[in-house]
Amino acid sequence: MGESIAVEVRSVTKRFPGPGSRPGSEVVAVDNVTLQILDGEFFSLLGPSGCGKTTTLRMIAGFEHPTSGEIYIHGKPMGLTPPYQRNTNMVFQNYALFPHMTVARNVAFGLEMRKVPKEEIERRVQEALAMVRLDGFGSRRPNQLSGGQQQRIALARALVNRPEVLLLDEPLGALDLKLRKEMQLELKTLQREVGITFIYVTHDQEEALTMSDRIAVMHQGRILQVGTPTEIYERPSCRFVADFIGETNFLEGTVQEQEESRVTVLVDGLLPVIAETDHRLPRGARVSVAVRPEKIRLVPEPVPGEHNTFEGRVEQVVYVGTATLFRVRLSPNVSLAIREQNIISTPDSRAYSWGVGGQVHVAWLYDAGRVLTD
Amino acid sequence: MSARAAGAPSLQGVARCGSRLGRIMRLMFTANGLMSYLFLYAPILVLVIFSFNASRFVTDWAGFSLRWYAKLFDDAAMMAALKNSLIVAFASTLVSTLFGTMTALAMERYEFFGKLGLDALLYLPIIIPEISMAVMLLLFFILARIPLGITTIIISHIAFNISFVTVVVRARLAGMDRQLEEAAQDLYANELKTFWRVTLPLMMPGILAGALMAFTLSLDDFVITFFTAGVGSTTLPLRIYSMVKLGITPEINAVSTVLIAASMTLVLFSLLLQRERRTEKVRNI
Ligand SMILES: Nc1ncnc2c1ncn2[C@@H]1O[C@H](COP(=O)(O)OP(=O)(O)OP(=O)(O)O)[C@@H](O)[C@H]1O
Ligand SMILES: [Mg+2]
Repeated sequence: MGESIAVEVRSVTKRFPGPGSRPGSEVVAVDNVTLQILDGEFFSLLGPSGCGKTTTLRMIAGFEHPTSGEIYIHGKPMGLTPPYQRNTNMVFQNYALFPHMTVARNVAFGLEMRKVPKEEIERRVQEALAMVRLDGFGSRRPNQLSGGQQQRIALARALVNRPEVLLLDEPLGALDLKLRKEMQLELKTLQREVGITFIYVTHDQEEALTMSDRIAVMHQGRILQVGTPTEIYERPSCRFVADFIGETNFLEGTVQEQEESRVTVLVDGLLPVIAETDHRLPRGARVSVAVRPEKIRLVPEPVPGEHNTFEGRVEQVVYVGTATLFRVRLSPNVSLAIREQNIISTPDSRAYSWGVGGQVHVAWLYDAGRVLTD
Repeated sequence: MSARAAGAPSLQGVARCGSRLGRIMRLMFTANGLMSYLFLYAPILVLVIFSFNASRFVTDWAGFSLRWYAKLFDDAAMMAALKNSLIVAFASTLVSTLFGTMTALAMERYEFFGKLGLDALLYLPIIIPEISMAVMLLLFFILARIPLGITTIIISHIAFNISFVTVVVRARLAGMDRQLEEAAQDLYANELKTFWRVTLPLMMPGILAGALMAFTLSLDDFVITFFTAGVGSTTLPLRIYSMVKLGITPEINAVSTVLIAASMTLVLFSLLLQRERRTEKVRNI
C-alpha cells in the first residue's frame, strides 16, 4: 500500500433542495465531510440508510457536485469536472449493464469511448472476462445472466479501464446471503491482485469489517470515526459507532477518578467499573462504559487482578448454536448481555449449568471496556 | 406467473361454492362475451367476404373472384387517392415522430417553466372531439390564407400525431433506467455519445411504436382530412366516402379490406414493439 493519497474529500457539504423547494427546506445529505483515502486501499463508507454514503460516492464520481468544499483525485481538484473526464469508475448497485449490448460490448464500452485500438480492446475484454471467471460469456445478453454473473460483469466493465479509483455502491446488495459471502472474499482477493483503490459503500457492518483496510462510519451526513476494522470495533469513538457495529452493553455512570488512560466509573451509584479512554475526563462527568458481550465471562467465583468482577443473577439463557446468550442482572437498573462460545458440545457440562435464576459472577478485563462521553 | 398461481385457487373457490348460480353466471358472461365479439367483427367479416364476390351486386353471392381487387388497381382515381394517402402518412409520420420524440425527451428529462401546463395541453388533441379539431384547423388555414391541399392535410395530421408519438415515447422513457446513462458517462462517454449509444437505442422501440401508430392514424383519418383537403388532394378514406355516396359497389369492399389489413398489421407491429419493452423490463428486475 502506497502512502500517497488517492482521493481527498475536503470539508465537503452537499445540500439538496427539500420537498417544498422553498429556501430553508433543504436536505443536508453530506455535512462537512473530510476523508483521505490512500492509494491501493480498500476503504469502506459504512452507515445506516440515508446517511449520505451514496451522495459522497456520487460526488467523487462526478454525478453530483459539492455545495461547498472540494474533492481531489491524486491531488487534482475536481471542481465541476464531468464523470467522463474523471479517472474513476463506478459499480452500480443494480449493475446498470446496457441491456441492448452483449456482455463483451458492455465490457468494451469504456475502452471504445477512449478510442483504444481494436485489437487491444479485444484482448483486454477477454482478460477482464477471465479475471471475473466469465470467459465464454461475451456473446450473451445481460438478461441471460444470473444476478451474481451480472455483478461480475459490472465489475469487469469497470476494471477493464484500469481506473485510479473504483467506486462501489452496495454492489452485493441484491445477492442472496451465500453468494454475498463468496463475492466478498472474491472482491477482496481481486482488489489485492489489481492493487486499485476501492471505495466501497455498504450499510452492512459485517461486510465492512470483513473486507476493508479502513472504514469510515457515517451518520446523518457526518463522519463519526475513521479507522481499521479493529480500531472501529475495539475502540469505538462514540455511542453510535459502538451500537451500530456489533452488539454492546452500555453502562451509564459518573467518572470517579482517572489514572492515565484508566478511568473508574461508578455505575448506577454502586458498581465501580474500570475502563479505558483516550480523553481527560473531569470528576463527576456523566459517561457510559461500552463492553462487548463476548468479552464478558461467566465464572463461579470473583476473578482477581485486572478484572471488573461482580455478582449477578441469570435472567435469560438462549442457545443459538455457536454460542449461548445470557442476560445477567447486576443491580435493579443494570443488566448485561453475555455471549459464551459453545466450546464444549455436551450441553449439561459445567459451562452451561448456569440456569435461569442462578447466582453467578461475571468478569471482564479492564481493557475490554471503553468510556464514551456522549 | 406465481401471482396467477396464487390467484387461481380462490377464483375457482368462488365458482365452486356458488355451484348452480356460479354455473349460470359463467354461461351468461361467456355468451355475452361471444355476442360482443360477433357484434364487433361480423360487419367486418361480411365486408371482407363480399370483397371477394364475383357479382356486381353487393348482396348476391356469385362465387369467389379477385375481380374487384383487379379493378381497384385499374381505377386511376383510386390510385391517385392511395398515392395521396401514402404521401400524407409518410410525411406526417416523419415530422411528428421527430418532433414527438424531442418533445418526449424535453418533458421527461428537463425542468422548465410552465412544464406542468404544457404537459396537460399535450393530451388535448387526443381528448377533444375530432370534429372540433377539424373545424379549428380549417379556420386557422383560412385565417392564415393557406390554400387547402395536400400540405394542409399533412400539417393537420402532424398536429394530432405529435401528441400520440409523444405519449408513446414518453412511456418508454419513463420506464428507462437513468443509471444506464450515468453508467455510460462514467465510462467516458460525453453527453452526445451517451445519447447516441445508450439513450437513443433504448428509446428506439418506443419511437418505432409511436411512428407506426402515427402512420396508421394518418392513413385512416377521415374527419380532419375531410375538412382540410382541397381539390386534387383526395385521400383513400375521402375517395371511399365519395364512392359510397354514388352507391355501394364491391370495389368499396375491396379497398376497405386493404385498408383494414394495412391498419391491423401496423397496429400489431406497434403493440409488439411496446410489449417487447415490457418483457425486457421484467427480465431486468
Ligand atoms: N437527488 C436528491 N434530491 C434530494 N434529496 C436527496 C437526493 N439524493 C439524496 N437525497 C437525500 O440525501 C440523504 C442521503 O442520501 P444517500 O442516498 O446519500 O443515502 P445513503 O447513505 O446512500 O442511503 P442508502 O443506504 O439508503 O442508500 C437522504 O436523506 C436522501 O433523501
Ligand atoms: Mg445509497
